[in-house]
Amino acid sequence: MTTEQGLGLITGILFGFLLQKGRVLRFDKQVGAMLLKDMTILKFMLSAILVGMVGILILSNAQIITLGHKPMNLGAVIVGGGLFGIGWAVMGFCPGTSIGALGEGRWHAIFAILGMLAGAAIYAEIYPICKTSVLAWKDFGKIGLPETLGVSPWIIVAVFWAIILCLFAWFEKKRL
Amino acid sequence: MKWKTDDGGWSPYLAGALLGVLAIGSAFATTKILKKTSFLGASTTFVRAAGLIEQTVAAEHVAANEYFTKEKVRVDWQFMLVLGIFIGALVASVPDGSFRIEGVPPTWEKRFGPSIVKRAIGAILGGIIAMIGARMADGCPSGHGLSGMMQLSVSSFVALGMFFGCGVLVAHLVYGRRSA
Repeated sequence: MTTEQGLGLITGILFGFLLQKGRVLRFDKQVGAMLLKDMTILKFMLSAILVGMVGILILSNAQIITLGHKPMNLGAVIVGGGLFGIGWAVMGFCPGTSIGALGEGRWHAIFAILGMLAGAAIYAEIYPICKTSVLAWKDFGKIGLPETLGVSPWIIVAVFWAIILCLFAWFEKKRL
Repeated sequence: MKWKTDDGGWSPYLAGALLGVLAIGSAFATTKILKKTSFLGASTTFVRAAGLIEQTVAAEHVAANEYFTKEKVRVDWQFMLVLGIFIGALVASVPDGSFRIEGVPPTWEKRFGPSIVKRAIGAILGGIIAMIGARMADGCPSGHGLSGMMQLSVSSFVALGMFFGCGVLVAHLVYGRRSA
């Protein structure tokens, strides 16, 4: 195993451990969030984002790490994001959690994994068509929110924290 | 607020915050050790895995495919990360008793009954649609939802909105009705 592979494996084990302890791997938790009945996965994801965004901003401001924005390609994000949402609801897993669900014994996740492998193979075949259609509508490039809005990233982080903490308080009040 | 859930899990706020720390540490470690910042993600690995499987029967086809060439079919950092998720979930779930052999998830069973075949068809079709979408959008709830949001990427705010918006809509259509 190369250093690259070893580092990935260790990071993945920790990632899977936290996903499992947070109880977000289950089909019922994912569908529960989409039915707006159980907000466990949103609490988990948003907590990770709140903490992560501060550290990532500090490290990138200090030029220790480089950011890697994904392109703001309008068709890709709107159509692709929509298709993902539709499939996610029916499948009840996302790519990362399907593998984790298999690890905690929910063996039916294998069907989701097989479906996603097929989906990836199909996308590889239709990519040339997508490139001249959906992906060709409008590409704003790899942009971040601070430069797009023209405000300091710290203001965005502060506003985001405030909104999400209010949301958490509401989740707890409503016992979601 | 409780730090433990009723079934022995951790508070999602605590586990999530620790994942935030892991994401920061991982961005730092990949930059220092691999000389290139990598962020947590999962869906590209499905492309590489599909390519590796296809290679065993049609190597030339994979080599000639533009998308496989673009994403590079190999066992890289993220590929091992995804395999690691399996191990991590196994290690976490066995000692605390939450590991359970399950063929059909309860929410699904309430709506569609105990048939494994029905569950398999739903999961495979859903998986195909979701992965086509994730590759088109260039990320899933890990790459866009976690990593992109942490970096304040415009595309990730839109993608996560679409993921969740369409998910909520379709989940209500599929599971919302009373079970037969």
